[in-house]
Amino acid sequence: MEELILSRIQFAANISFHILFPTITIALGWVLLFFKLRFNATGDDRWMAAYHFWVKIFALSFGLGVVSGITMSFQFGTNWPGFMETVGNVAGPLLAYEVLTAFFLEAAFLGIMLFGARRVPNWLHTLATFLVAFGTTISAFWILVLNSWMHTPAGFELRDGVVHATDWMAIIFNPSMPYRLVHMLLASGLTVAFLIAGISAYRRLIGDRSKGVRLTLKTGVWLAAILIPLQILAGDMHGLNTLEHQPQKVAAMEGNWETGSNVPLLLFAWPDEEARENRFEIGIPDGASLILTHDPEGIVPGLNDFYAEDGAALHPPVAPVFWSFRVMVGTGVLMLLISWATVIAMRGGSAVDRLNPWVLRALAAMTFSGWLATLAGWYTTEIGRQPWLVQGVLTTEAAVADVPAPMIATTLAAYLIVYAVLLLAYVMVIFRLARKASSDASVRPHSGAAQVALVPAE
Amino acid sequence: MTLFGDPAVWLPLAFAALMGVSILVYVVLDGFDLGVGLLLPLGDEAEKDRMIAAIGPFWDANETWLVLAVGLLLVAFPAAHGAILTALYLPVAVMLIGLILRGVAFEFRAKTTGRMKTRWNWAFFAGSLSASLSQGYMLGLYIMGLEHTAATIAFGVLTAVCLTAGYGFIGATWLIIKSEGALQLKAIAWARRRLWGVIIGLGAVSLASPLVSERIFDKWFSFPSMILLAPLPLMSALLVFILWTALKHLPAEDDKWSWVPFSATSALFLMAFSGLAYSFYPYVVPEKLTLYESASAPESLFIILLGALFVLPVIIGYTVLAYTVFRGKATELRYD
Repeated sequence: MEELILSRIQFAANISFHILFPTITIALGWVLLFFKLRFNATGDDRWMAAYHFWVKIFALSFGLGVVSGITMSFQFGTNWPGFMETVGNVAGPLLAYEVLTAFFLEAAFLGIMLFGARRVPNWLHTLATFLVAFGTTISAFWILVLNSWMHTPAGFELRDGVVHATDWMAIIFNPSMPYRLVHMLLASGLTVAFLIAGISAYRRLIGDRSKGVRLTLKTGVWLAAILIPLQILAGDMHGLNTLEHQPQKVAAMEGNWETGSNVPLLLFAWPDEEARENRFEIGIPDGASLILTHDPEGIVPGLNDFYAEDGAALHPPVAPVFWSFRVMVGTGVLMLLISWATVIAMRGGSAVDRLNPWVLRALAAMTFSGWLATLAGWYTTEIGRQPWLVQGVLTTEAAVADVPAPMIATTLAAYLIVYAVLLLAYVMVIFRLARKASSDASVRPHSGAAQVALVPAE
Repeated sequence: MTLFGDPAVWLPLAFAALMGVSILVYVVLDGFDLGVGLLLPLGDEAEKDRMIAAIGPFWDANETWLVLAVGLLLVAFPAAHGAILTALYLPVAVMLIGLILRGVAFEFRAKTTGRMKTRWNWAFFAGSLSASLSQGYMLGLYIMGLEHTAATIAFGVLTAVCLTAGYGFIGATWLIIKSEGALQLKAIAWARRRLWGVIIGLGAVSLASPLVSERIFDKWFSFPSMILLAPLPLMSALLVFILWTALKHLPAEDDKWSWVPFSATSALFLMAFSGLAYSFYPYVVPEKLTLYESASAPESLFIILLGALFVLPVIIGYTVLAYTVFRGKATELRYD
């Protein structure tokens, strides 16, 4: 039992740390392509200055993503051998396609994208930027196909307790895949939008008046303002999809115990699994019914339906799912308010210069809000799948390795220390790069100009 | 699918070959950049930057071959993946933390100066060292059949030291290609010193594997395989001789022959690897699990193979492109 919970914490720690960086690189790759294409079209140095600044952060995030991704590929074997033994025939090809189609593409062209601007023709550098962005997105596609299949498995049959693939199209386009993929890609877009807006706001606050920063601030804020309504819509549709396929997860997200109509939307509650009820409930009447069925009389599933005859719970742990869901939605609402308020405040000519410093401070405070929302969202959906590893096929408990608990605890502690140090270093380096770029910009107002490389290959 | 006979036979074999190629490519490519990490403390400040620049555009892609190798083990031989990695739980964790440290140190050191940069340099060295040592240790334990006894652990320590020397050696030969002037002279001296470690390492593994396994002994020392296999040790001896001579005479005029040590080392790694592969076939977990027993279902392997056959030439294509773009002596690494 101890091995199970330690292995779960270790996997959660590794994958939580890992997902922070792909979340940035997926969308930042496309933003860099945007900067590069704007530069190609206008010849305006500020776009290239923005490219040079953000490509460094891309490189840093990519490096952290690669090394933490290597850890992930070993975790399956070291801690969860039952996973590949049972569903390897489906998970294997999907993981293989991820490595083959995406990982190499990114890794090989990253070198050209980062260090090649002076060595290759401009078109090849633009192409390399595109291929890296494309590669990260394809990578996300395969991983989300596999993850979605674990939530809504399809296109397989069980022979002697082992999953065998019967229909690859059904496996790839399994019921929750389109929703999860869109939801995650938009999450990545929002994370990057707030990162760019936040760092640009920080650079304004420390006195950087350069036009390049004004440009990236606007890019970030507009991107956020456009994506957040789309994300709310996509999240709603994903929720409806979950209601259809994993009602026990939705019951836990809503903290609803009794199946019925007119279920309130709980703003606060303390779910008590022993007593099978909530304490300190504050809710909006009919809210959950309205959101989930678009009808105040709509039926919302309750957790009490998910108990075995012997009283064992067949639903996920309620409090973590309930609370992560609220953290995600709360962060999303904050993103909506701040991005739209900034867009409204920016209207008119010299928009950015007239922004109230409190608006800039709010944006700076939201720099890593995308991480918070993304992690909370993943906790909701992954803890919400428990006690299953693959819904209805394989329980988490049946897949865990027989490694002594002290050994897992030791390595877990080592990972946690390393991750904490790296996370701290990552955030510090980003702000350090921002300060450095701003002090350079104040010396040379158009710092991009001197560095632009239009020379053909040697 | 029946083109080559029973798919339950040839598919696992094809995947074992693919996995073998990935491991070999990984050992050569990440071997040289881990090796440069091991040599880093030996250079002065300016040389350190140059050394890092010599591997900068490559290390991401080099490490991806490890992901591919482990990925193929994971997807094609899931039972073996579980058995091997749970047996090597601690060294795997040490290696991963080492790889994490050096990967991020590479990025972080480029973005700082002064004392912080010195610290990241040390992190880069420490990460390279622990990754190399743990890989060597795992190789030793694997040869010893994944048993944990005093003798197998001692052998693991020996292979750990020897593989680390081997990585340092191939790193030095890479620097001979990518550097010039004083740094190149240093790299030649580093390579000369580490050649002994390589020879001892190859000898130790070659002696130990037939001694611990009767099966391997019979595979090598029986007629006619003894004659058919004779080219392997003879070629290795020839390569060692070439390395010896080359390192004695380098640097040559106009930087001629600077590519010889690295190429010869890669060929030497290929020889060593072929010997190991021959010894262990058909086992994927030594003496316990053959690749046929641990393979995934043929229909799943076939799907992966289709993708791999399409994608591998492309991967090789753009790997060549990347190495062509960044050919020549390493210059200052700049993000533009």
